[in-house]
Amino acid sequence: MDNYPVLIVVVPLIAALLAGLAVWVEKRLSYPIALTGLALSTFCAVKVLMQVIATGPIQYKIAGWAPPMGIEYRIDLLNAMVLVIVSGIACLNLVASFESVSQETHDRTGAFYSIYCLFVTGLLGVTATGDLFNLYVLIEITSLSSYAMVALGDKDRGPLASLNYVFIGVIGASFYLLGVGYLYMQTGSLNMADVSLILAGHQGSSTVLTGFILCMVGLWIKMALFPLHVWLPNAYSYSPVAFSRAVAPLMTKVMIYVMIRLMITVFGYDYIFKTLHFSDAVVVLASIAILFGGVMALAQKNLKKMLAYIIVCEIGYMVGGAWMGNQLGMTGAILHILNDALMTFAVFLAVGNMVYKLKNVDLSNLTGIFGKMPWTMAGFVIAAFSIIGVPPTCGFFSKWYLIMAAFEKGAYHFAAALIISSLICAVLFFRVFEICFFPAVSPDHGELGHGESGHGELGHGKSDAHSPIQMEEAPVSMLIVSGLVSLSLIVVGLFSGTIVNTIILPFLK
Amino acid sequence: MTDLLALIAAKYNYWLYVILMMIGLYAMIAKNNLIKKLVGMNIFQTAIILFYVSIGYKRDATLPIIENVHGGHGSVIHAINYINPLPHVLMLTAIVVSVATFGVAMALAVRIYQRYQTLEEDELRMRLSEK
Repeated sequence: MDNYPVLIVVVPLIAALLAGLAVWVEKRLSYPIALTGLALSTFCAVKVLMQVIATGPIQYKIAGWAPPMGIEYRIDLLNAMVLVIVSGIACLNLVASFESVSQETHDRTGAFYSIYCLFVTGLLGVTATGDLFNLYVLIEITSLSSYAMVALGDKDRGPLASLNYVFIGVIGASFYLLGVGYLYMQTGSLNMADVSLILAGHQGSSTVLTGFILCMVGLWIKMALFPLHVWLPNAYSYSPVAFSRAVAPLMTKVMIYVMIRLMITVFGYDYIFKTLHFSDAVVVLASIAILFGGVMALAQKNLKKMLAYIIVCEIGYMVGGAWMGNQLGMTGAILHILNDALMTFAVFLAVGNMVYKLKNVDLSNLTGIFGKMPWTMAGFVIAAFSIIGVPPTCGFFSKWYLIMAAFEKGAYHFAAALIISSLICAVLFFRVFEICFFPAVSPDHGELGHGESGHGELGHGKSDAHSPIQMEEAPVSMLIVSGLVSLSLIVVGLFSGTIVNTIILPFLK
Repeated sequence: MTDLLALIAAKYNYWLYVILMMIGLYAMIAKNNLIKKLVGMNIFQTAIILFYVSIGYKRDATLPIIENVHGGHGSVIHAINYINPLPHVLMLTAIVVSVATFGVAMALAVRIYQRYQTLEEDELRMRLSEK
């Protein structure tokens, strides 16, 4: 079949339509429809990745119109990898979502599945397309569906968080659109490969520079790079948890992918690092983003919000790596797209299980949760280790590449920011572990419980003498996905050498 | 000074779009009422549509169609004589996107109003901090 590239995007789109329509016939139908759609899309994505590894980039002409006039899907190693990540995570998340969706959105599950498929369609389209304007439209499909999703969440704050997200999202997308307009003025083309050929002759043009800056600022707003991040923590923490789990690992990572795609395929290394001279400033900005995200995460009292600020911090890693201007940095940034998507997904899966049982994940509410939900917490611990960067989890390896890149370039502030943020993450997560490990101390023998908190088991036994801890785990489907993804963090970590050698280095050559 | 004026006059369409865009941006940032912010957002998007439409325009040019078809001997218009239709076509899509965004934003505003009986941002913030 030659149509796999387009099927990756079209199948979830049709699934979105059918899942929405199915509500009128039979409410329970929309879940299997959405799941089938995303599973088929994942299958196509894996097929395409294997084909690209075996035979090189695939060009797909939509409806047979040849580029640069027609829209083209161009799949090379980088976006084949991102396509597998996006479709795989979206599909796994749906497997884990059944219970939590019906718990959180009640009678609107059909709407949830329909919008969810639309959201994934947008992300996959953004990744697959080779056309600048098509990219804008698909970004807007993604954004519109995420506005609706955020509003489905928290009844009190969801709509307002969503509306603020709309305002900022529109500014970001509009800047990108404006940038594409300037590029079009100079080149008369919208096809990425064609634009990059024509741009080679216009390196010094101020129109191209304007277009470049506008595109980048637009994408930075969309990916929430500090100081353009204000919308992210509220939008991600007030949406339904089944959606947070998908949007947190995917949305920002896909935007990073778009940035890297524009940098490498459209503008080219020579333009960005030889003609222009502000890549150092961007690396400084990324370092500030890393530190700021870490410090703000420390200040949060709610687990979901804390993790949202960690995402702000992780975006700094990838932007800094991509703008470092050497091969190590770009390798680290691309590897971190994979690793960060997986570890954010793992940690949000664990949070999803907690939300399912506890409703409220304020840190003060998490006491003693290790005893109640041991499997969930095992997943959480592995994901947390990966975010901190403990070997052999995958988070360590991409951080290693990024730090090496920083030393090679002499950007010591970036290396320092990386190390400091790892320490902050360690403090952050061990504080959460401490809260989660010990059961709440009842006020009458508070002194005793406090004194014994040094030896965990003993403290356990004492304070629960009257009420032995009951295991209250989340449903099996959620646990299996959570366990699988957490294990994959270690597996991907062990195989990161293979991933770098088969996918990333051949792509960068 | 005359140079600058000539520059402004020659590229007045770009100045106009920048001014419109800044009006929209100002409304989105500075206004307190959510509906006014929405209107600002719409002005902002419209400014970009104006920009795109103006980059496709040429003076004294016509449409990219075949002339005199009904007279029996149709003649193709040369590319020099017609305006570039592509930016205009792109803007059809952008208009659809902006309508959809506006619709979603309006629906959100309705939800907020139903919940809090106000659309003033300072009052909303006060209500939220009470909780």
